[in-house]
Amino acid sequence: MDNNEEYQKNLLEFERKIEAEEKIEPRDWMPDAYRHHLIRQMSQHAHSEVIGMQPEGNWVNRAPSLRSKKILIAKIQDEGGHGLYLYYAAETLGVSRDQFVQWLHEGKAKYSSIFNYPSLSWADIGAIGWLVDGAAIVNQVSLCRTSYGPYSRAMVRICKEESFHQRQGYEIMCDMMNGTEDQRKMAQDAMNRWWWPSLMMFGPTDNDSPNSQRAMKWKIKRESNDKLRQKFIDKTMDQAEFIGLTVPDPDLKWNEETQHYDFGQIDWEEFYEVIKGRGPCNRQRLETHIQSHQEGEWVRNSAREYSRMMKEAKKELV
Amino acid sequence: METKEMIAAYATRLGDTSLILSHRLAKLYASGPTLEESVALTNISLDHLGQATTFYQYAAKLNANGLNEDDIAYRRNEREYDNFQLVEQPNTDFAFVMLRQYLVDAFNYHYYSALCDSNDETLAAIAAKAIKEVKYHYRHSREWLLRLGKGTEEAYNKLDNALVHLWSYTKEMFTPDAIDEALASLGIAVDLKSVQEQWERDVFEFFSELKLQIPEKIFQAKGCKEGNHTELLGHILCEMQYLPRAYPDAKW
Ligand SMILES: [Fe+2]
Ligand SMILES: [Fe+2]
Ligand SMILES: [Fe+2]
Repeated sequence: MDNNEEYQKNLLEFERKIEAEEKIEPRDWMPDAYRHHLIRQMSQHAHSEVIGMQPEGNWVNRAPSLRSKKILIAKIQDEGGHGLYLYYAAETLGVSRDQFVQWLHEGKAKYSSIFNYPSLSWADIGAIGWLVDGAAIVNQVSLCRTSYGPYSRAMVRICKEESFHQRQGYEIMCDMMNGTEDQRKMAQDAMNRWWWPSLMMFGPTDNDSPNSQRAMKWKIKRESNDKLRQKFIDKTMDQAEFIGLTVPDPDLKWNEETQHYDFGQIDWEEFYEVIKGRGPCNRQRLETHIQSHQEGEWVRNSAREYSRMMKEAKKELV
Repeated sequence: METKEMIAAYATRLGDTSLILSHRLAKLYASGPTLEESVALTNISLDHLGQATTFYQYAAKLNANGLNEDDIAYRRNEREYDNFQLVEQPNTDFAFVMLRQYLVDAFNYHYYSALCDSNDETLAAIAAKAIKEVKYHYRHSREWLLRLGKGTEEAYNKLDNALVHLWSYTKEMFTPDAIDEALASLGIAVDLKSVQEQWERDVFEFFSELKLQIPEKIFQAKGCKEGNHTELLGHILCEMQYLPRAYPDAKW
């Protein structure tokens, strides 16, 4: 068999598995483009979990009750855990975590643009949990059926925790809407600031999303950006109305015919600005990550030196 | 003071030390040398927060003045807080964080072990739950100090520097006040003298293994049980209590 024949045979087997909904595992043959797509998407997902700790961490020392403090710390910890699952899963593609982090620091890898917005009041913690984790879940539930085995399994674990986050976020919004005038104002203000960026989390419209097509064919992605966005709007609208929050979109209304909500024009210019690194907190988020990574350097060095010495001491004993 | 009041004060200050330490650790959610360590630090923060909450709940029950655990945490001022000054000390670097943790963990390990035998059933139950967590914390911080103290020279120097700073806040942990003494005589509170002996034995032995010199002739802080603090606590409370203070009528 020559190389080309071998490639064709592998490709056929790969496509058969995809077609049959069998998972692709790390040792299976896969097209380079499939691997690269996953490396990009999974590391971006991992970085998002980790950078996403920052806007919430901004309030970790100002949570207004022991219970809310506990919930927030636990949530931030969960997100760190999600980052770990995803880095482990992404490493099965043959790239080390150090490399992923380096690409992030060099600006070669992205993270979800939602985390480039500032968290300005306690209600933002509610809005982030409810809207941002809520949007993430819609995407992640769909990714539980992704074709790459380790990614799919990581998603199944993560989704369980994300639905807690979404509920806890909504609970904060409920409590605030049932609270004082100041609290209601805070909640509405957070809604106004987080609504549109949350819709942008699903990415460009299907027409402007060239990579999506291929990812759908390989079943990395299972549903289109627009379809997921619509799902999110439909389920979130009812929750907003129920507690008396106004969605900052005058065009938003129920469409009897489509059985979905129609909604207004997303500001795609803002979206691309933030993606390109020109959002309100891009610089700060990345610098914070780089700084804590650098501050950990001497600790990691010392730990490495220690384990080297221990290994040597063991050798001498033998 | 009635015994009940004394137990409430005793539970409250145990809660104070746990809460302030939890607060310091929480801020390290993304500052560990590795992501795994960041997750571990928040985990430890949560354990201390859980301990603080149960101590405060018990104090609230005993006080019967209508104040709940949140009021205890969020509506008292600096001079009403009785935490160890050690736990207020800042997250200057990872050596500070881990040494602070180790010194408290070693204390908690012996302290909560003894508190498990308290004649007060609630305190004994809280201690029995806490000791499981504390054992893990103690092992964790000890493992890290080995890596810092026996690894590179840079790390050793940072650890040594942290020790010079933090040692000033160790003595007061063992200084009993009237409440400690009265409750100890009833078999409710822990005998601090024996905790001190065990703590010193562990710590001195470990530091000599790490070739760390215990600082001599330095300032020793005192008075944590009379609401004495470093300037740092006021800032911690400013931040922590901001919302309940700014919106006194709001429920969160
Ligand atoms: Fe997330
Ligand atoms: Fe997450
Ligand atoms: Fe989440």
